[in-house]
Amino acid sequence: MVRIGLGMRISALGLASAVVIAFWGLVAILAPLIVPYDPGKIVDYDYFGPMTEDFLLGTDYLGRDMLSRILMGARYTVGISLAAVSLACFLGVTLGMVAAVIGGLLDQVLSRVIDAFNSIPSKLFGLVVVAAVGSSLPVLVLTLTAIYTPGSYRFARALAVNINAMDFVTVARARGEGLIYLIREEILPNIVGPVLADFGLRFVFIVLLLSGLSFLGLGVQPPYADWGALVQENIGGLPFGAPAVIFPSVAIASLTIAVNMLIDNLPRRIRDRSAP
Amino acid sequence: MTPLASIRDLRIGAVTDAGREVEIIRGVSLDVAPGEVVALIGESGSGKTTIALSLMGYTRPGCRIESGAVLLDGTDVVGLSPRARAAIRGRTVAYVPQSAAAAFNPSKRLMDQVIEVARIHRLMPPEAARRKAVDLFRALALPDPDTIGDRYPHQVSGGQLQRLSAAMALIGDPRLIIFDEPTTALDVTTQIEVLRAFKSVIRGGAMAGVYVSHDLAVVAQIADRIVVLKDGEVQEEGTSDQIINAPAHPYTRELIAAFEPRSGAVTPGSDVEPAPVLEVRDLTAGYGGIGADGLPRVPVLRDVALRLLPGRNLGVIGESGSGKSTLARCIAGLLPPARGTISLAGRTLAPGTHGRSKDDLRRVQIVFQLADTALNPNRPVGRIVGRPVTFYHGLHGAELEARVDALLDMVRLPRAMKYRLPGELSGGQKQRVNLARALAAEPELILCDEVTSALDTVVAAAVLDLLRELQRELGLSYLFISHDLSTVEAICDDVMVMYQGETVERMAAARMRVGAEHPYSRLLISSVPRLDTGWLDGLEQDAELVAQFARR
Repeated sequence: MVRIGLGMRISALGLASAVVIAFWGLVAILAPLIVPYDPGKIVDYDYFGPMTEDFLLGTDYLGRDMLSRILMGARYTVGISLAAVSLACFLGVTLGMVAAVIGGLLDQVLSRVIDAFNSIPSKLFGLVVVAAVGSSLPVLVLTLTAIYTPGSYRFARALAVNINAMDFVTVARARGEGLIYLIREEILPNIVGPVLADFGLRFVFIVLLLSGLSFLGLGVQPPYADWGALVQENIGGLPFGAPAVIFPSVAIASLTIAVNMLIDNLPRRIRDRSAP
Repeated sequence: MTPLASIRDLRIGAVTDAGREVEIIRGVSLDVAPGEVVALIGESGSGKTTIALSLMGYTRPGCRIESGAVLLDGTDVVGLSPRARAAIRGRTVAYVPQSAAAAFNPSKRLMDQVIEVARIHRLMPPEAARRKAVDLFRALALPDPDTIGDRYPHQVSGGQLQRLSAAMALIGDPRLIIFDEPTTALDVTTQIEVLRAFKSVIRGGAMAGVYVSHDLAVVAQIADRIVVLKDGEVQEEGTSDQIINAPAHPYTRELIAAFEPRSGAVTPGSDVEPAPVLEVRDLTAGYGGIGADGLPRVPVLRDVALRLLPGRNLGVIGESGSGKSTLARCIAGLLPPARGTISLAGRTLAPGTHGRSKDDLRRVQIVFQLADTALNPNRPVGRIVGRPVTFYHGLHGAELEARVDALLDMVRLPRAMKYRLPGELSGGQKQRVNLARALAAEPELILCDEVTSALDTVVAAAVLDLLRELQRELGLSYLFISHDLSTVEAICDDVMVMYQGETVERMAAARMRVGAEHPYSRLLISSVPRLDTGWLDGLEQDAELVAQFARR
């Protein structure tokens, strides 16, 4: 256990995960400054080149530098996924708590509308949206948000309904407290642990869906590519054991596992708040 | 005579959530002779259930038997292999849990569950087991003994379910049977029948029993000997008569003193009747929306009326399902009534909280039974108590701090408590915080919904003293909802008896034991166990009355 101030302790595993996430976050911000080559430029005559001194992670199917492409890809994968998962969880959790606290007709209507939304296959929805309005970063973020909000809403509402039935919420209602106070002070602190765990899972789903969309040509547009797209475009190198297909996979795995590890190892004070 | 079960210098350790090791049972020794019922009595945390469970060689998760012996019929169950222990359970020793509702599988027929023990241990063929079960149902005075086993758990009442769980324990003819607070969750009128049934089968079968309870009066009816426990140590041990009539240990005396009803006359009645602080007229309320006849689809309260004078207390008594809590919710504005008016100091209140002004809301505060769920587990005590101060009186910063300190002083809690989370407080402390939060609003009326029911006797008595003191200092009025008659007697001036959503009788609390006129009030009041070993055997209740009102 390592002290991190405020009387909180975090396990070594949690700290290591945080370091991995911070590393990818820094890479995403600094990518244009640290890439050795232009990620769109063909720099090697060999394709699926091996790891050499010039090309530390080898080259891809066109002979472009993999290290540069992965560093730039971090911008898309980390940026788009984090933005989308934050928006989706914020919207879903807020609406879920509001529905649970107000209940009645609002709850019914909101839940049914969101259920209907849930029934649209996510890839199909992405396909239609991108075909209609074209692919750009804001469109991708909003599409992913729209796809993952219903699940987050359902999850938060189910938790909030249980808390809403507790006597301390009844006391607050009898006191005459408003909706904002009820959800912010009485409900949210008691569901934040499971909501964070859900955040981590949802982040992984979004990374995977983003990769899927990129494979269909609907995600990040060439010459740039997110990590998922890097795996897909270099999949033909698998029989040659090319580093071009292995390293983007390693990057995805390291980020998604680190996010989940961090959430599982958050300090008790944050994680176990929902335990009575 | 060699004892059937004996515990020798038992020590059980546990690991707390914080990883600290504590000893919860510290060198307890006791014997149970064949055919004898020994009661383990103590407050929560005294280790009574832990000791009883050790007789089956079982400890709850996180606990560990560190040393000592638990001899059952000559064998030490502590050292047995899990398989050998499983062979003993159900045949030599059996267990009747506190909550029968949680002990039955809701999707299997009662009979199949009752004879499961015989099936697991291959004691007898299923047919014989069924015949034996029916005999047990008859001995336990269950209605329709021949067919009740075909029902599912939700089709019988709580009292019946508790007796069925006793049948489940008895089917293997155990030598020793452990009762873990088997009547605590039952209504008083139901409790009597269950106690009688237990007593008769124990006497008839000549088996030994260990009866775990926090209620001395219940234990006095059924036990031969009583062992008083506190903090995992035996305080006193003796026959029931001796413990109840001539307690030697100071702690036992304290327990018994807390049980004695105290005089409730807080204020002498004056000749001129002042205007009532709370007046409820023709209150009809329920759930499920309003039907065609203007009444709720599931009515809970029907035409309830009450008057509460300033500085006086009204007790509302009744069994579960009588609508007492719904009454409190209506008065607090949490459940808008279908019909009827609620007026506070002469002004009629809006039916729901949305229609009431902040000042109206401030004047009525509600305190709930379970302090565990009534306090937000993630907010420190200071913020919980401070919120109404900010909300109603607009205080911030140093003024708020000073007020919170004053409130904690008022409920006799150390000021340093304000930095703690509710989970770090004991039950009695939580209930004090709960009260402090209600007082923070500076109310005129506090609705107390079973505030002492979840507390141990001694702690509950202290909370009642505090309530009385606060009333003298602040001139509050309490509406006191309880199923515990001695609590109501201790603090209330007047009593209102409710039965299935209607008021059946109103009377002065002092006259409750002698002056009740309505048959239901008489039945209810006579069903409260007295601290007297012969009470149950000497109790005569009108069978017709029982059949009419008690849902056994």
